[in-house]
Amino acid sequence: MQEVKQKAIELLQSGKVQRVLGWKTGEFFYDLTPAVFETVEEIKKDFVFSPFCGANLSKYLIAESRKEGKIAAFLKPCDSYSFVQLLKEHRIVRENVHVVGVQCNGMCDIEAIKAQGVKGVTAVRQEGETLVCETLYGEKSVPYAAALSERCKTCKSKKIVLFDELLGENGEDDPDCGRFDLVSKLEAMTAEERFAFWQQELSRCIRCNACRNVCPACSCEKCVFDNDTLGTANKAAANSFEEQNFHIIRAFHVAGRCTDCGECSRVCPQHIPLHLLNRKFIKDTNELYGEYQAGADLETRPPLVDFTQDDCEPSVVYTRGGNGK
Amino acid sequence: MKKLPITELDSFLKSLNMPVYLPSDDPSGQAKFTRWAEGVQLTQQLNTVRSAKDLFFPQMENLVDFKVQDQKIEIIEHRNVSENFVIFGVRACDAAAFEILDRVFLSDPVDGYYKERRDHALIVTMACSAPEETCFCTAFGIDAADPKGDVTAWKTEDSFFFRANTGKGEKLIAGLADGDESAVQAQQAQTREILSKLPNGKLDLTGFDGAHMMEKFNDSRWKELSEACLGCGTCTFVCPTCQCYDVREFNTGDTIQRFRCWDSCMYSDFTKMSAGQPRPTQLERFRQRFMHKLVYFPDNNDGVYGCVGCGRCLQKCPIHMNIVKVAKTIGGEGNG
Repeated sequence: MQEVKQKAIELLQSGKVQRVLGWKTGEFFYDLTPAVFETVEEIKKDFVFSPFCGANLSKYLIAESRKEGKIAAFLKPCDSYSFVQLLKEHRIVRENVHVVGVQCNGMCDIEAIKAQGVKGVTAVRQEGETLVCETLYGEKSVPYAAALSERCKTCKSKKIVLFDELLGENGEDDPDCGRFDLVSKLEAMTAEERFAFWQQELSRCIRCNACRNVCPACSCEKCVFDNDTLGTANKAAANSFEEQNFHIIRAFHVAGRCTDCGECSRVCPQHIPLHLLNRKFIKDTNELYGEYQAGADLETRPPLVDFTQDDCEPSVVYTRGGNGK
Repeated sequence: MKKLPITELDSFLKSLNMPVYLPSDDPSGQAKFTRWAEGVQLTQQLNTVRSAKDLFFPQMENLVDFKVQDQKIEIIEHRNVSENFVIFGVRACDAAAFEILDRVFLSDPVDGYYKERRDHALIVTMACSAPEETCFCTAFGIDAADPKGDVTAWKTEDSFFFRANTGKGEKLIAGLADGDESAVQAQQAQTREILSKLPNGKLDLTGFDGAHMMEKFNDSRWKELSEACLGCGTCTFVCPTCQCYDVREFNTGDTIQRFRCWDSCMYSDFTKMSAGQPRPTQLERFRQRFMHKLVYFPDNNDGVYGCVGCGRCLQKCPIHMNIVKVAKTIGGEGNG
């Protein structure tokens, strides 16, 4: 934590950057807000790096890298994949960003802590594998693993794929992270069961657009679902399952570009496991076109915008759909 | 004071013989106001993700249909609430929010759709016994240990205690056995002890009023406050007092359906007019939300703020920016 803060101060003081993108302290220990710091005093007062810095900062760089001067951005492994993907899509002005890679041991989620039955949490401290919570009702302990954000339980990679400088050690991919296990479970269901599963999940959607607005792959200047003139604004759902339309279209649109950062599910106020839709597309892409990880590098051609003679035929959907349906 | 063993809640709700909505856990484990039927369990959680306002002001509703046939236009109205219903387990904050919504929907011109639901509802509130650190209802003079409503309920280890506050409420619980108040008083004392320790419970809102409107509006710090805002509608949709809506029409082919749906001041098309968007960037949209709750609303409503301190926006904002941070940044000296 101190090392990260010190680095932020050093970068500003040396004149290497004019601004720093990081996380700002909140009312509690967990409610940190992404913020741009312009002075050393601001950093000393409010800059935080802790296990509650879940927010992916990369998308902010679309706007920030277009401003005057250079900005330093602290990117965790997940965020670095999003950064590279955005670079690949020419959405970030690279020369205006100084990337500092920061390692991550998995981010915690206050809602996961509360799901353990801990109420009124006002402070936490880590003691080995335990998170000790100070609450309005006395001290309570939860295992650190249970406090982890859902996405961090199946972390695909601790590798920071692009950086100008690195704090600490770089990590590795983890092909055995099991991130597709739930997708496989859904695939094994009958079509009816799967439909029921998604109906139950997506009917909770309140269409707040948090998933879309936080998503680094959703970087359209104007979303089709906000386009009033086109008649696609879709402000109200005709029934409780109409929101599937929005989510399925969104999943298709980010297919091949989604790095699986998991922000969609993190921000969903209704706890809809939206990342499973994206993971299904990633898994399918891997199976049909060979292993591909969006945002892993700047060079590889994304399979869905590339053509090779070995590409599967569109008819593959019939055989894969099962029962010829 | 009336008393009912917790184990007899189902038979009590059944005996009411009208639709009952209560907070129950959804498949994700979060609480939601749900139509009660046998087997639907009252949640153990403090509050629902979506507030109780949904039952009076739903996210989407059809207002009127225009059916066109030959040269005739038939007008079909949808004001069809005629049955009394019960909302059971409303927390003090949400109950206080009804009074704020009433100021909007029941003042002239009265909103008939809202009023019909309001008139047919019996509200059974539920006192809090374990507030969260995100709660700050006390800042608005709300007593979570003694909420309003037609009936106030307290839940102890093994029993519910009910107190009727209105004639309607009295009828609702007339059949129950009498109970002793001491258990309720003990719980209230305990809850109030916690309420006095809420981290934001003494939020100072001095200076948030009509007299300081332009000073607040022109504050330079709106820029840093709104900087990280994603422009999503989470805060507005989980808020028990947000009341803005849009009215639109949908052409089904032979019928025009006029509906209304929640709108969010965070959205780019909010109050968009032929001349364009009056709040072109997120800064203006963000400022609108908090100016409305903390300045415009009290200025138009005898000093009543458009916030009840339920803490939902504190819990749900994806980037953790919320009304408490706004109030502390551009607000009263008393916030330390």
